Amino acid sequence: MNLPNAETLFETLAERIKPLIKANTAVVGIHSGGAWLAERLLPILCKVQGGENLAQGILDVSFYRDDFHERGLHSETKPSQIPFDVQDKNIILIDDVFYTGRTIRAAMNELFDYGRPASITLAVLVNRGGRELPIAPQISAFDTELAESQNLQLLRHENGTFYFTLEENT
Amino acid sequence: MQNPQLTEDSELKHLLSIEGLPKRILNQILDTAESFVGVAEREVKKVPLLRGKTVCNLFFENSTRTRTTFEIAAKRLSADVITLNVSTSSQAKGETILDTIDNLTAMHADMFVVRHAQSGAAHMIAKHVAPHISVINAGDGRHAHPTQGLLDVFTIRKYKPEMHNLRVAIVGDVLHSRVARSEIHALTTLGVPEVRVIAPKTLLPQDVEKLGVHVYHDMNEGLKDVDVVMMLRLQNERMAGAMLPSAQEYFKTYGLTAEKLAQAKPDAIVMHPGPMNRGVEIDSAVADGSQSVILPQVTYGIAVRMAVMSILAGN
Amino acid sequence: MKIHIKNGHLIDPKNGIDAKQDIYIAAGKIAGIGKAPEGFVANQTIDATNLVIIPGLVDLSARLREPGFEHKATLESEMLAAAAGGITSLACPPDTDPVLDEPGLVEMLKHRAKQFNQAHVYPLGALTNQLAGKEITEMCELSEAGCVGFSQADVAIKDTQVLWRAMQYAATFGFTVWLRPEEPYLAKDGVAHDGEVAARLGLKGIPAAAETLAIASILRIAKETGAKVHLCRLSTSEGVEMVRAAKKAGQQVTCDVSANHLHLTDFDIGYFDANTHLKPPARSQRDKTALTNGLADGTIDAICSDHTPVDDDAKLYPFAEAEAGATGLELLLPLTLKWAEDNKLKLSDAIKHITQAPANILGVAAGNLSVNASADICVFDPKQYWKIEAKALLSQGKNTPFLGLELAGKVKYTLVNGHVVHG
Repeated sequence: MNLPNAETLFETLAERIKPLIKANTAVVGIHSGGAWLAERLLPILCKVQGGENLAQGILDVSFYRDDFHERGLHSETKPSQIPFDVQDKNIILIDDVFYTGRTIRAAMNELFDYGRPASITLAVLVNRGGRELPIAPQISAFDTELAESQNLQLLRHENGTFYFTLEENT
Repeated sequence: MQNPQLTEDSELKHLLSIEGLPKRILNQILDTAESFVGVAEREVKKVPLLRGKTVCNLFFENSTRTRTTFEIAAKRLSADVITLNVSTSSQAKGETILDTIDNLTAMHADMFVVRHAQSGAAHMIAKHVAPHISVINAGDGRHAHPTQGLLDVFTIRKYKPEMHNLRVAIVGDVLHSRVARSEIHALTTLGVPEVRVIAPKTLLPQDVEKLGVHVYHDMNEGLKDVDVVMMLRLQNERMAGAMLPSAQEYFKTYGLTAEKLAQAKPDAIVMHPGPMNRGVEIDSAVADGSQSVILPQVTYGIAVRMAVMSILAGN
Repeated sequence: MKIHIKNGHLIDPKNGIDAKQDIYIAAGKIAGIGKAPEGFVANQTIDATNLVIIPGLVDLSARLREPGFEHKATLESEMLAAAAGGITSLACPPDTDPVLDEPGLVEMLKHRAKQFNQAHVYPLGALTNQLAGKEITEMCELSEAGCVGFSQADVAIKDTQVLWRAMQYAATFGFTVWLRPEEPYLAKDGVAHDGEVAARLGLKGIPAAAETLAIASILRIAKETGAKVHLCRLSTSEGVEMVRAAKKAGQQVTCDVSANHLHLTDFDIGYFDANTHLKPPARSQRDKTALTNGLADGTIDAICSDHTPVDDDAKLYPFAEAEAGATGLELLLPLTLKWAEDNKLKLSDAIKHITQAPANILGVAAGNLSVNASADICVFDPKQYWKIEAKALLSQGKNTPFLGLELAGKVKYTLVNGHVVHG
């Protein structure tokens, strides 16, 4: 397949999220790709009407993964930073590639340990199909079907612009 | 000789002593602990990592403080916790340590946290446990107290991130201190360039310089320009054993007062593993003063222990 | 029983033999070396091709654990172990239960040992009653019962006056006093050499000074009282130096070293291996080298096994609480051979330390293959390696720092009084 242009998709994603911004909203990026996206989205979303007090956070889901017993702790766990009160917030959860849905389950479990949000809306750059749980993004900039052997990754150039890589695992 | 703490792939299997641990693993523990500090500040202070696992606190030597922090750490990881205070009376020796371990294994314990009055006890236990069980040394005789050493360097890292530029002084009864030994190994492994020990000759082990420390008998000289002052607890037995004349003289020569602290750098931090003997090794005013980080040490202790347990459970 | 051992390589340090020689045994004695005695017809021939024949080993310290410690070992098992180790004479320390401080106990032990028809057992009597360091024992009666010397085993006498008088009394009758030099207050509760390793491992150390201070006292008292002294289990380089000086000055003193200490240093404690918990502790590399040099220049006379079997559970404790000691009867020969090879020493010089020299110290006719001597012989294969493991050891004590190692030197035949006790 032809890899879509990540920057173009980013623009699309931003446009699709804008209508969701209202008072009492927070943007939370999942480390690491989702966090990069959230970081660049924030200044754009803040300018939207209702986005003046937009809260921001980062989630590292290492402690909530369901494969801990098989794979152990990820060697690079980073602290989650949720500097706002989750209680009654409308959270826009951002991730780069949606696949099995397990990362999102872990992210939701973690968010609920901070408090009870009013709502969670999942916005992703790419939905690559292959979900294993009844979880799906409400917003995605691009939908496709990839094989299990394929590994799609979002990366970031030094100047902050995004690009994809697609690897074939044998 | 295969390091009994590491698996064949050099990952952490038991935490028995800081000596012999590669720098990479020390850093892994410290970095992971950073993430756990935030957990303590949340509404729900738990994460599900050790859910379904049983952590057994085996304390052959009494300790409320350490035992409690390990309990809290295990519970915050959602583990089930059993605590066994095994008396070390000679009658209790009738059931050997290994018998106790076998019984607990049969009760499906996954992790043992062990404190014992004899050096080498944790090593002995680690040698005999079933392969899936991890052992954490919560203090064995004079030998090691690795989680204390780790939380101490974690604390130092928080306040003095430039570890490669530090002068650290450890003051007090190094001879009998497992905390001191673990601190020395942690500091030297992490590359702290100057580690000093300050104590009278009677409280220093033979050949202590070979551990990589500079020896001082004069506290004022030893504290000059240090960035971190780590105090050790003095136990009453030392007077009985003819190692020291009195607590008063000890306080005069080796107790940390504001005056002596003034020899150190003005922004030096003061640490103590607890519990403190106020007026013996440390003046109350200093213990409660602005340079003291003794209370944060306790908080960090929980995060560090959570990090150790998580890494072990995942390996 | 007439026995002909042929084609073997004979090493007899006393008579300076180190060559291929046959040996002929009759009526429990050595009847001839090299050439068959006239009219000799062998009942049994042993082919010792590629094997070495030496005098039966003389071990200066083997704890047989009887009477009183039968859960650790029994005479039966330990005598078999001695035979398997090529040992035909051994001295046992008096720290049994009850302590060997009464002639009746000594007689009983000797009698019991004799029934096994294996190694000759030479008991050391207690120097003080109960080893308590207060009253001296009936040394003359004990000597008559069979004691070859008087010892305090591992229990130092704290009262210098008592030590003086005990040695003075022994000197009256020419008895040898065997003492392991260790100042009891400095050594109290210590479990390892006081140095870097003990510092790292948090183990209470026994400083070298504990040994040297005691050697100084003992040698001085021996000089003043005229007592013959045998110092047991040297472990320090300074200690060796002090004995060297004393011998040079003409003082009558002998000493031994344990085979374990020729191979181990405090680093061998490793991760708290309880099998390395010994008395005295294994010390530094420098000390170990000095022990070898001491043997080479004659300062140290003999190597012994210091056989100290413990029951299986006794080592399953944290280092300091584990019982000290190592099994040794079956390791004396291979450890001596390894020591000789590691230090590039002549085999015959090494063999001297476990045959002729200890026999001289005991004052018994053993440790040599002279014609008409008792036929106490050890025949071994210097090239056969065997693994030190529980099932390979006949002793009830399986506790050794060398567990799992493969050592060269397998005893093929042991003869005592001309009959085969092993092989």
